[in-house]
Amino acid sequence: MNILYDERVDGVLPAIDKQQLLQALQSRLPDLDILHREEELRPYECDGLSAYRTTPMLVVLPQRIEQVQTLLKVCHERGVPVVARGAGTGLSGGALPLEKGVLLVMARFNKMLHIDPAGRYARVQPGVRNLAISQAAAPYDLYYAPDPSSQIACSIGGNVAENAGGVHCLKYGLTVHNLLKVDILTVEGEHMVLGSEALDSPGFDLLALFTGSEGMLGVITEVTVKLLPKPQVARVLLAAFDSVEKAGRAVGDIIAEGIIPGGLEMMDNLAIRAAEDFIHAGYPVDAEAILLCELDGVEADVHADCDRVRAVLENAGATEIRQAKDEAERVRFWAGRKNAFPAVGRLSPDYYCMDGTIPRRELPGVLKGISALSEEYGLRVANVFHAGDGNMHPLILFDANQPGELDRAEALGGKILELCVKVGGSITGEHGVGREKINQMCAQFNSDELTLFHAVKAAFDPAGTLNPGKNIPTLHRCAEFGAMHVHMGKLPFPELERF
Amino acid sequence: MDAQRQPSFVAQDRDASDALLEQVNQAIQSALPLRIQGANSKAFLGREVAGEVLDTRIHSGIVTYDPTELVITARAGTPLSVLNAALEDAGQMLPCEPPSYSDGGAGDATVGGMVAAGVSGPRRPWSGSVRDFVLGTRVITGLGKHLRFGGEVMKNVAGYDLSRLMAGSFGCLGLITEVSLKVLPKPRLCTSIALEMDSATALARLAQWGQEPLPISAASHDGRVLRLRLEGGEGSVAAAHDRLGGESIDPAYWRALNEHRLDFFTDGRPLWRLSLPVSTAALDLPGDQLIDWAGAQRWLKSDASGDEIRRIVSAAGGHATCYSHGLDDSPFQPLATPLLRYHRQLKAQLDPHGIFNPGRMYAEI
Repeated sequence: MNILYDERVDGVLPAIDKQQLLQALQSRLPDLDILHREEELRPYECDGLSAYRTTPMLVVLPQRIEQVQTLLKVCHERGVPVVARGAGTGLSGGALPLEKGVLLVMARFNKMLHIDPAGRYARVQPGVRNLAISQAAAPYDLYYAPDPSSQIACSIGGNVAENAGGVHCLKYGLTVHNLLKVDILTVEGEHMVLGSEALDSPGFDLLALFTGSEGMLGVITEVTVKLLPKPQVARVLLAAFDSVEKAGRAVGDIIAEGIIPGGLEMMDNLAIRAAEDFIHAGYPVDAEAILLCELDGVEADVHADCDRVRAVLENAGATEIRQAKDEAERVRFWAGRKNAFPAVGRLSPDYYCMDGTIPRRELPGVLKGISALSEEYGLRVANVFHAGDGNMHPLILFDANQPGELDRAEALGGKILELCVKVGGSITGEHGVGREKINQMCAQFNSDELTLFHAVKAAFDPAGTLNPGKNIPTLHRCAEFGAMHVHMGKLPFPELERF
Repeated sequence: MDAQRQPSFVAQDRDASDALLEQVNQAIQSALPLRIQGANSKAFLGREVAGEVLDTRIHSGIVTYDPTELVITARAGTPLSVLNAALEDAGQMLPCEPPSYSDGGAGDATVGGMVAAGVSGPRRPWSGSVRDFVLGTRVITGLGKHLRFGGEVMKNVAGYDLSRLMAGSFGCLGLITEVSLKVLPKPRLCTSIALEMDSATALARLAQWGQEPLPISAASHDGRVLRLRLEGGEGSVAAAHDRLGGESIDPAYWRALNEHRLDFFTDGRPLWRLSLPVSTAALDLPGDQLIDWAGAQRWLKSDASGDEIRRIVSAAGGHATCYSHGLDDSPFQPLATPLLRYHRQLKAQLDPHGIFNPGRMYAEI
């Protein structure tokens, strides 16, 4: 089932006259950059999920918050859908435009407003890049902890909208754990502050609700993030295993020892070989799985923990254990992992990255399930895994030029996510639902739960003009999608009409 | 695959979710509000609720706990003391160390109440708050449905984060029936020290130390003495102790601070909680102050009016909560206009019949 916006199942969008809207915006906002010609709009037709493209009706590139405010007011008056976009690196199509909507690009809001070392926070505009915050805080020996692998390019506004993660989440949390305050504009263009520079605020925790809400509840105009003191040292151990099960058990053993590593990553054989061919990180290419375990903190503790982890890995049956002897080797060990996606991209013309999470104990069974599905669908799957926090990134290899392969890759991906849900996991750990996983939401949540999500949306955006069609599927879409997944002879959502 | 799922702890306590659902549905039908309570240990927080009592303690027990997964799931009525004991047995803890506010600290406060109140203990600035450790909840909604949000996994961004929204919402958005919480191993070593200095010096030092990777996990100042807790590995704790100096003290201090059992709290004047940006300098307010959270949380015993306290605290970027029941009609700091409107709209959407703790947080919701 196609994931592009389909008015039959996703809801009818108002018919807007593009010329009239353009004129109205030009007269209300004479100094706003508005793109409206086909060739100008083309670069904005997709985000990081490039398999799906839609040309937006208009693209606006504001530079002042007042422009955003007026834009939202004009669009609200006319019922025009607004899709907000940061750097466009999102992998789930959260910023996929609408033919009948305005794409609001926040990338020009790229100013670092204030760094307060004593208060340990940075107040920044939403278009500031994730890595730029840590770079600006570096002179104070502080940094911003969440580090999604796109951190050189992705913007903090997008990180908040998606509740972005990274490789250090087990110890340092997700975006939601590292925010103090977010300024937003409501669908009506009204300014609202969620959170504060104190550690909590009166009322409901709307800061938590808005984090990861994928631009459905408001538009982020400013972000205040927590800064942490840089760990004194970081050491990384690489362990090879002759089976994925043993590597998976070793992860639990490390945690049972009372150690929370800064990063704990696993790669399977296909991913190891791809990364080694590409980066020459020195990975053991014969291993069925490797673990990368990074320990960070105060030097004396890290030294003691390295010895403990080494003993755990030995007992868990590691065939080889290496500790990076210097910073250069540590960076090289990580480079293999951090470049795993492009490395796998060299094995195949296209790949499709999944983002399911599972309770860690389910790993061996889920990997077996993925391997069986891989054979069934005739597509190779490489596995990269944030082992510490249960977030899997199976990479499905396919060739979009072969008829039917993209469809097969998507169908396989959907099955993998449903497998994650079945063992008590989630369809997305850090990439978001966006449009990409809109159908799988029907597997994770029942109609009552989806109805409650729609009620939350209605509290902030009753007309539904902020990023329509993302994150939460309509019950009609689930009825259509469910029709393809008849479960135990019973149709889900029997009360709904089908077409 | 299910055969492999063998959590190491399964309690046989009572699942009374059907009875709770029945009571909520009756409240919806009769449009009579409910006053949700666990052990009632935090009844002093918030406004009075007129409604039929819904006691969550009939729905109790740890559902799953697998220490290597770092997750514990418990029914709302489970005593916090039971949860903590299970964690203690496995060498783990709830890092946000929520207080029980129960007589004598025996801890009959419930897990559901702990999440609904969202109150965190001395480790909060370093570890995160109660909300930060919530991974999933089961909730009976204002439409009479028993639903599940979030889960037992560390990372989950599918749909809106209703689990964390429930934390600190004082039961005004739905009835929490079950929660899954992230837990962590207890630190290898814990040392508490005391250093004599005035509050201005203490706050300045704390602001400086906060920028360094020191293993501080609690910091309180009573006007005369700065008390610190150092937690971590043997090496880092010893090095920090050497560097900071000071006398070793009984770690029981932190429990007494957390449970409001220090002498400071016995004073007859009203108690206020001030939440402030971490680097706020000493605040000139009528009454006595006790600094917690390295300055980000301050307890105030004062006869000053709520308006006066809030004027000063707001100017410093913080907010004030009245902990003396019935003293202030708005014990939680009033909300700015647009924020209040969206609170009302959210309440109206999630609790359309207005049955869940109406008025507990604010008269309007």
